[in-house]
Amino acid sequence: MLEKLAGLDKEAQAIIAALNTIEELNEYKVKMLGRKGEITALLRGLKDLSPEQRAEVGKAANEIKDKLEAQFNSRANEIIRRDRNIKLQQEKIDVTLPGLPMQSGSIHPLTRIRREITGIFTGMGFTVEEGPEIELDYYNFEALNVPKHHPARDMQDSFYITDEVLLRTHTSPVQVRTMEKMVPQIPVKIIVPGTVYRNDDDATHSPMFHQVEGLLIDERITFADLKGILMQFARKMFGADLDVRYRPSFFPFTEPSVEIDISCVMCGGQGCRVCSHTGWLEILGAGMVHPNVLKYGGYDPEKVTGFAFGMGIERIAMLKYGINDLRLFFDNDKRFLEQF
Amino acid sequence: MGVSINQLKKYTQIDLPAEQLAHELTMAGIAIEGIETADDGDKLLELDLTPNRADCLGWINLAREISALSGADLTIPETFIKENDEVIEDYIKVNIDDPQLCKRYAARVLKNVKIKESPQWMQDALRKAGIRPINNVVDVTNYVMLESNQPLHAFDYDLLGGSRQVLVRRAFAQEPFTTLDSINRQLDEEMLVITNGEKPIALAGIMGGENTEINDQTTIVLLESANFLGTNIRKTSRKLGLRSDSSIRFEKNVDPNGVIYAINRAAQMIHELAGGEVIKGIFDAYPQPQEPVSILLRPARVNYLLGTDIKEAEIKSCLEKLRFKVTETEEGFLTEVPTYRPDITMEVDLIEEVARLYGYDKIPATLSYGVTQPGGLNSEQHFRDRIQDILSKNLMEVVNYTFINPASYGMICLNEQDKLRNSIKIANPLSEEQSVMRTVLLPGLLKNIRENLARKNDNLGFFELGTVFYPSDKPLPLEVLKVGAVVAGNAESNWLKNVIPMDYFYLKGLAEDMLSRLGIEEITFTAAEHPAFHPGRTAKVSKGDREIGIIGEVHPEVCENYNIKSRVTAFEFNAAVLFELSQPIKMSKEITRYPAIKRDIAVVLPVTVTYAEARQLIETDQSGLLQEVEVFDVYTGGQVPEGYKSMAFRLVFKSSEKTLTENEVIPIVDEILARLKNQWGALQR
Repeated sequence: MLEKLAGLDKEAQAIIAALNTIEELNEYKVKMLGRKGEITALLRGLKDLSPEQRAEVGKAANEIKDKLEAQFNSRANEIIRRDRNIKLQQEKIDVTLPGLPMQSGSIHPLTRIRREITGIFTGMGFTVEEGPEIELDYYNFEALNVPKHHPARDMQDSFYITDEVLLRTHTSPVQVRTMEKMVPQIPVKIIVPGTVYRNDDDATHSPMFHQVEGLLIDERITFADLKGILMQFARKMFGADLDVRYRPSFFPFTEPSVEIDISCVMCGGQGCRVCSHTGWLEILGAGMVHPNVLKYGGYDPEKVTGFAFGMGIERIAMLKYGINDLRLFFDNDKRFLEQF
Repeated sequence: MGVSINQLKKYTQIDLPAEQLAHELTMAGIAIEGIETADDGDKLLELDLTPNRADCLGWINLAREISALSGADLTIPETFIKENDEVIEDYIKVNIDDPQLCKRYAARVLKNVKIKESPQWMQDALRKAGIRPINNVVDVTNYVMLESNQPLHAFDYDLLGGSRQVLVRRAFAQEPFTTLDSINRQLDEEMLVITNGEKPIALAGIMGGENTEINDQTTIVLLESANFLGTNIRKTSRKLGLRSDSSIRFEKNVDPNGVIYAINRAAQMIHELAGGEVIKGIFDAYPQPQEPVSILLRPARVNYLLGTDIKEAEIKSCLEKLRFKVTETEEGFLTEVPTYRPDITMEVDLIEEVARLYGYDKIPATLSYGVTQPGGLNSEQHFRDRIQDILSKNLMEVVNYTFINPASYGMICLNEQDKLRNSIKIANPLSEEQSVMRTVLLPGLLKNIRENLARKNDNLGFFELGTVFYPSDKPLPLEVLKVGAVVAGNAESNWLKNVIPMDYFYLKGLAEDMLSRLGIEEITFTAAEHPAFHPGRTAKVSKGDREIGIIGEVHPEVCENYNIKSRVTAFEFNAAVLFELSQPIKMSKEITRYPAIKRDIAVVLPVTVTYAEARQLIETDQSGLLQEVEVFDVYTGGQVPEGYKSMAFRLVFKSSEKTLTENEVIPIVDEILARLKNQWGALQR
């Protein structure tokens, strides 16, 4: 019987190694180790043996049974692993194909820049104010120290609705509106993003465009503060190693007035087409709030001072994103929009 | 063309190279936007003056500015006039009828002059400044204007006729007048004219008349040096569309006290270039002489406003460099400002003068003193950013002009009586296409689709967050923020997946997602009609009785009007209403640890029954266990009889207290089926 067992063992080992599928393996396992299997059948003959032989053969039979069991398992694992590897091979993909587009929308570059500017100033303690796009002549001009027929009105050709109502030419009217609302509280520390309009349409002017206005009124606000805060802004917006220069200028609603230039972001100040070979780019107009404007807003210019500034969002966006044509902002061409 | 540096050197010493001079002037507020080199090697400065410093159009004034910066002397050419024995009053009398508009009028007469070409140096000087040489007399008036900034005019005295007088008055309504450029113009009562007592001989401060033009036969010259009110000159010049070297100067106000210097300088030069004799005297009508103003400048105020520590002596020196007369008083520097600087009227104007001469770059940069306060956006501003953030996941944001073509309302098929046609009109639009303020976003969005399709961009999805304008009975119109979206084509088609058409249900999905993320729940979509939209594919969107807006497929006729071949779906919501309706997001559903039981039912319903109605009936379940109802199939045709449709719902039952069993759910489902059957005779499939 021992020989018979040894024979079965040898035969089974060869067969197991040769089997190729889990199904065949299971079938053969039943055939060998099942209740009606060959080993079981063989063991049934044990009862005819002497007790000594029975113990010896029984032990050997169980050993073989365990051994085969282990072999079945190990072969099964082999087959599973082999099958999985085959499957994985078959599942091979071209990993260089493009990923699926997860997002087909975008935020307009003017919105992005508006948010960036707003973010810098709100971080410095400014809140955001807004005002109507269709405005009274009073707020747009008169309360900003620009009486009717003042030559400064030439700087801003207006779209009129009536003699007294127009599309605002700048976000500055919100200065006086906010002062009226807040007086006598200080500080007034606001920025005003918004849409503005001028009667002008050519390669470098759009009849509708966007500005961000700023106003800080408090006790003892100085021109030095204007320089400090706007320099912080310029450097946060365009880079910490930027040169900033301050040029005297004129706005009816500020005195002294200043225009702020940064070293050209395109050429680093060497001179190029973008900066008209001057090395400088004008980005901001600013100044100390004119005493007349403070008075219009209800504040006493002897008690409080302030500065105001304004900038064009389109201009900043063009510099920041390297956009060379103003019209692209309003063409709304998908190929332009999808880049932002 | 520009201001010749060689010319400026006649008035002050200039050692700097042109580029350096241009830089220093620019940094002092006299912007030089370019430098040209003339044929003779001379450098010409192109000025970009701010409106308050129009005085620097005059060479002497610009030289004065340069000398203030350099400290060099200023040399103003002196005038020597040899007059004859005749008296001016025998030749001319001047009357000013409107001293408001004409502050001063001075006249001189020269006789026996000989009109000819100017010498070369004169012609060169004018050409560099961009003025065409005419003849010696006219050239002198232009040269002196360039030099002194005082516009002058020369008349042919013999052509003056009439009673040998000058009367400055307002024109009559529709009074005809032919200016030097041979154009016949019609004047009105707002305009000021120089007349010979009867008819106009010049449009005051703007242009002379053809009738008294200097010509080859002229022998007696009447010289005018006058001062006119800037705002009136500006108004007339705009009305007539006529600008001249004279009007651009008067518009920005010229010094009335410069009149005499200029007329003498011109008389002297005409005498030198055209010979003749100068009649003795000036007829100078100056009803209200203008005195220089004195302004008190407090040195402490300078430093208070600038944030500087400039010494008093330095402040005083800045003012004196500008040739302002400074008297020290107890309160500060009493500063007499010459009348050629009309821009300086207040202390703060003097502070700017000090600042720009001191140097803006020398002022320190500080961060403001004061109470720090939290900055940031308010909740409505945050809300708008969120709308953009949510929609930009799938759609591209556009920015459209807010003025549109009034024909757009017809293109979107609005009825003639539609109140949206009532829009704010721009009185002076650039064109008809941009002449009214929009009351809807749709025309702009459809234009975006049309233009992109024309450029072969397809699969388009855009949104806009923008203002619309409605007339109101208040002084200002009503401005309302709207959010609109438009889609056409397929949602991002790609190499792997099937395309999803961007149709009504696609856009509705985006809208529902947006509303839900904004904290606006329980929205109803009700079938609606609107002339711009497909009658069977349009819904009014509302929450309770608050209307939010409209969503639907754009009417094919509208698409045709925009020459759009594909189907387009759009929505337009009132963003202000959205903000009012939005609730702070809170956790509203409990996360139960007991598993849910799902049951699918399919019922056949009359086609007229809407999903919303069916769902409402299903949801009237009272067990409290039905947590979700979801439609997963809508089907017509096949075995479904005509006039009916099959709808399949997935019902999700959950309890927060225990694990539900099949037996608890079966009667609830049966009850739902029974309700559907009772209501619409719905049969289970």
